[in-house]
Amino acid sequence: MKREIPLAILLITGLFMIFQYFVPHYAISDIASKIQQWAIIITSGAALLGIANLLRVSLDQAIARKQDWMYKWVVIVSLVVTGVSGIVGGIEPGTFFNDMIYFHMYTPMASTMYATLAFFIASAAFRAFRVRSWQAWLLACTALLVMLGRIPFGKMIWGDFPQFVDWIMNVPNTVAQRAILIGAALGAVATGLKMIFGIERSWLGGGD
Amino acid sequence: MSELIGLWIAALLTVFILSFLYKDNPFYKFAEHLFVGVAAGYVLALSWHNTIKPNLVEPLFYQGEWILIVPMAFGLLLFTRFIPKMSWLSRWSLAAIVGIYSGLAVVAIAEADFVTQIRATLIPIWDQTKWTQFSNQPSIVHFIHLFTNFITIFGLLTILFYFFFSVEHSGTWGLIAKIGTGLLMVGFGAGYGYTVMTRIALLIDRVVFLLGDVIGLL
Amino acid sequence: MSSVWTKINHLDKRWIYLFVLLAVALPLILPINLPLSPSGPVMSFYKAIESIPKGSIVLISNDYDPGSKAELYPMTEAVLYHLFKRNCRVVMLSLFPAGPPMSERAVARVTEDLPNLQYGTDFVNLGYKDGREAVLVEMGRSIRSAFPKDYRGIPYDSIALLKEVENYSSFALVISISVGYPGTKEYVQYAQGRFNLKLLAGAAAVSVPEYSAYYNSGQLSGMLTGISGAAEYEELIGRRALAAKAIDAQAIGHMVIILLIVLGNVAWFVTKGKKNHE
Repeated sequence: MKREIPLAILLITGLFMIFQYFVPHYAISDIASKIQQWAIIITSGAALLGIANLLRVSLDQAIARKQDWMYKWVVIVSLVVTGVSGIVGGIEPGTFFNDMIYFHMYTPMASTMYATLAFFIASAAFRAFRVRSWQAWLLACTALLVMLGRIPFGKMIWGDFPQFVDWIMNVPNTVAQRAILIGAALGAVATGLKMIFGIERSWLGGGD
Repeated sequence: MSELIGLWIAALLTVFILSFLYKDNPFYKFAEHLFVGVAAGYVLALSWHNTIKPNLVEPLFYQGEWILIVPMAFGLLLFTRFIPKMSWLSRWSLAAIVGIYSGLAVVAIAEADFVTQIRATLIPIWDQTKWTQFSNQPSIVHFIHLFTNFITIFGLLTILFYFFFSVEHSGTWGLIAKIGTGLLMVGFGAGYGYTVMTRIALLIDRVVFLLGDVIGLL
Repeated sequence: MSSVWTKINHLDKRWIYLFVLLAVALPLILPINLPLSPSGPVMSFYKAIESIPKGSIVLISNDYDPGSKAELYPMTEAVLYHLFKRNCRVVMLSLFPAGPPMSERAVARVTEDLPNLQYGTDFVNLGYKDGREAVLVEMGRSIRSAFPKDYRGIPYDSIALLKEVENYSSFALVISISVGYPGTKEYVQYAQGRFNLKLLAGAAAVSVPEYSAYYNSGQLSGMLTGISGAAEYEELIGRRALAAKAIDAQAIGHMVIILLIVLGNVAWFVTKGKKNHE
C-alpha cells in the first residue's frame, strides 16, 4: 500500500506521457494537457515545500540557539517580509517588492555572490591550473585560444583568429559535447525507464 | 529619495558580500543569510501571483473547476513529509511528479540529444565546397575546414569508444581512446575559456555598479 | 632568481584579487573602445531576426536571474530593440522566478528609445510559471492554459496581442535567453523538435560549448555567445549599449587570466626544478 500505490501512479503517468508523444489524437492530447497543467500546480507545491522546510530548519536552529543562530533570524525575517510584501502589496513595477526588495536587495546580492567567482577562478588559474600531462596541455592551449579569440585582441594578433575559434567551437568542441550529450541521453533514458518500471526505487526513500 | 536609499542599500550589500574576499566576517554572514531569506521569500510571492493564484485558486474557487482538487491534493500531500507518521503519503505526489517528468524526458531527450545528434553526424566525409573554398582562397582557416566532416564523424566515434569499457583500452584500441580523450580535452578547454568569460562579465557588472551608479565615476 | 619564483608561487591570493579588480576597473574608467567583429553564431542570430516578416510575433523566454544579468540582460535589451525596430511584436515569459522583472525593466529601457510602443498590443509579459518542462510542452498545445493571466494579473483573453497567440505556431521565432535549468537546453529537448520551432539562444558563456552541439545540428538557428556575443550583436544592430561598453574590461580580464595561468605554470615549473635539484 505504502509502496505499491506510488509505484502504480508512477507507472501509469510515466507510460501515458510516453504514449501521448506518439499518438497526437485530440482525446489523448487533451488528457496530456490536463496532466501537464496539473504538473504545474504540483511542482509549485514542491517549491513551497522547499520554502517551508527552510523556514522550519531556520526556526529550529534559531530557537535552539545553535551556531550562528542570530543569522537564522535574518533568514526568517527577510523571508517573511519579502513573501508577505509580495503577496499583499503586489509584484509589479512600482511596488515595494519590485523596486526595493528585488532591484535594491536581491539583485545586488545575487550579482555580487556570483561575481566573487571571478576572483576565485583567477586565483585557481594561478595556483591550481598546472600543465602536467599532454591532456592538460591540450586543455590549456584550447582554453587560451578560446579566451584570446573571443576578445578583440585575437583579431588584432591574427585576422582569422575569430574564424579559427569558431572552427574549434564548431568542430572539435562540438564533437566532444555531442559525445557527452549522446552518452548522457542514453543514461537519462535508461534511468527514466527504470524509474517508470519500478526497477529504480531510490526516490521512494527508506522505510516501508 | 527612496531611489537614493535603495541605491545605498544595494551598495552596502554589495560591499558586505565582497568583504568575504578579505576573510569571512559578520557583515558577509549577514548578507549571505539575508540573500537566502529574500530569495526564498521572492519565490514564494512569485509562485503565489504567477502560478498558484491564476492556475489553481481562481479556476478552482471562482470558476468552479472542481477537478483541480486533484492536483491541489497532490500538492498538499507533499507537506505530509513534516508529519513522520503520515510522511509516506508524500510519495504519491512524488510519484506523480517523477512519472510525468520521466515520461516527458524519456522521449524528449532521446529525440533531441540522441537521434538528432546522430543524424547531424551522418554527413559525407569529404565536402567538395570546402575544397573549392580553399582552392579559391588558400588560408589556414580554410585548410582546417577541409577536415571538418572527417573530425566530426571519426572524432565522435573515438570519444564514444573512450566511453565504452567492454574492450580493454590498449594497443590500437588504446590509441583510439587516446584520440577521444584529446578531443574531450579540447571540449573541456573551450568550457574553461567560456567559464572565464562568464565570471569576468559578472565582475564587470558589479564594478560598473559601484564605480558608475554609486560613485558616479563612469 | 628562483627565490623570486618561490615568492610568486606562494603569493597571497588577495594580491591576485586586487590585480583582477584593477584589470577590470581601469578599462572601465579609461575606455579604449576596442573594435568588434561578429562571430558565426551571432551573425546567424542577427540574420534569423532580419529574415522574419515585419509585424511577426516573437516569443522571448528570459530564463535567468540577477546572478546572470551581467551577461544576459544586455541581450534582452538588444533583442527587444532589434525586434521592435523591425515592427515585430513580442511576448515575454520566464521559467525562472526572478526573470519577469528583468523583462519589465528591459522593455521600459527600450521604450525610452522607441516611445510609441504599447503594452498589450506591441508587447506582453506573461511572467513566471512553475512547472518547467511541463510548461514547455503545454505551450505547444495552448499558451493560454499554461498562462491564464499575464504578469500583472490581466486575463489572457483581455489582451489584444494574445488574441493572435494560440501556441508555438503563432510565433515566427522563439528566443530563449537562459543561464541554466530550465532554459535553452530544455527548449531544444522538449519543444524545438516536437513543435518544429525556429529557436534562437542567448546563452551565458558558460553554456556556449554545450549549446554549440545544438547550433551545429541546426536545433538552434543562431546564438549570442556570452557578453562578447552580446556586444557583437549590439554592434550589428547599431546600438552600442551595456555589453559593448563592457568589452574593453572583458578583454583585459581575459588577458589577466591568461597571464596568471602562464605565470603560475612558470613559477611552478621553476620551483619544481629547484626542489628536484635539492
